[in-house]
Amino acid sequence: MLERLAGTLDFQAQALALRSERQRLIASNIANADTPGYVAREMDFATALRQATSSSQSTVASGGNRLATGSATLLASTEAGHLAGTGSAGGAAPLTYAVAAQTNLDRNSVDMDRERASFADNTVKYEATLRFINGQVRTMLSAITGQ
Amino acid sequence: MGMMSIFNVSGSAASAQSQRLNVVASNLANADTVAGPDGQAYKARQVTFQTQLVGELANDATAAGVRVSTVSEDQTPGRRVHDPKNPAADAEGYVTYSNVNPVEEMVNMISASRSYQNNIEVMNTAKSLLLKTLQMGQSG
Repeated sequence: MLERLAGTLDFQAQALALRSERQRLIASNIANADTPGYVAREMDFATALRQATSSSQSTVASGGNRLATGSATLLASTEAGHLAGTGSAGGAAPLTYAVAAQTNLDRNSVDMDRERASFADNTVKYEATLRFINGQVRTMLSAITGQ
Repeated sequence: MGMMSIFNVSGSAASAQSQRLNVVASNLANADTVAGPDGQAYKARQVTFQTQLVGELANDATAAGVRVSTVSEDQTPGRRVHDPKNPAADAEGYVTYSNVNPVEEMVNMISASRSYQNNIEVMNTAKSLLLKTLQMGQSG
């Protein structure tokens, strides 16, 4: 019973966790805009969310907690310039390399315009996810109170 | 703890950029200094940045901060001006000034201040998102 109530929030909770991870990733790119040799990273959000929710659905079905601890980290290659790899052990989200629009003399591949745009985009979508969660909580509360 | 480390990431970058701004300030301040008694004029300094992982997990590429790895001195010879009346002139009547290029320093200053602003903005956005996250599920 309680799992059903919590389960409705599960998808949005996963999305929120991934959004915050992407926010941190873009912040890292912006922070390293002047670091020589830094390679900008990007997250394939759709794949990451699909991975996280598919692994969490099995844990929810068995009554477990939602955190995707066992999901394997794979680097998705969505563009021609992306490299194949197995990814880091810690992160649960698939990371790709952002291909720079212009090359830099110090081999830094951060494109500040794109990063700023991605940051704003991610901020809005994070807030949207928060509002979805708040809406679902309100729906459940009104169902519980029965008014 | 997801977004909390944004403050570490952007904070380290802001600190590194302010150190760069500091170096620019001392370069500009010494743009017109002449050689001291040792015959060595002020040499322009330059910082080099390096990525520093600040996440709780090792090898977590999503939390990459910045630190200043080295402060190097520009080894190009300083500007030499013929001015025999200057007390700092050498035997041939030349005065050695510092090798600071003010135009380069001004460009460096603008670049550092823009990067600093970017990082502060990132922190402000992260802060407002976190505050909204704290109010999750509360009606109103």
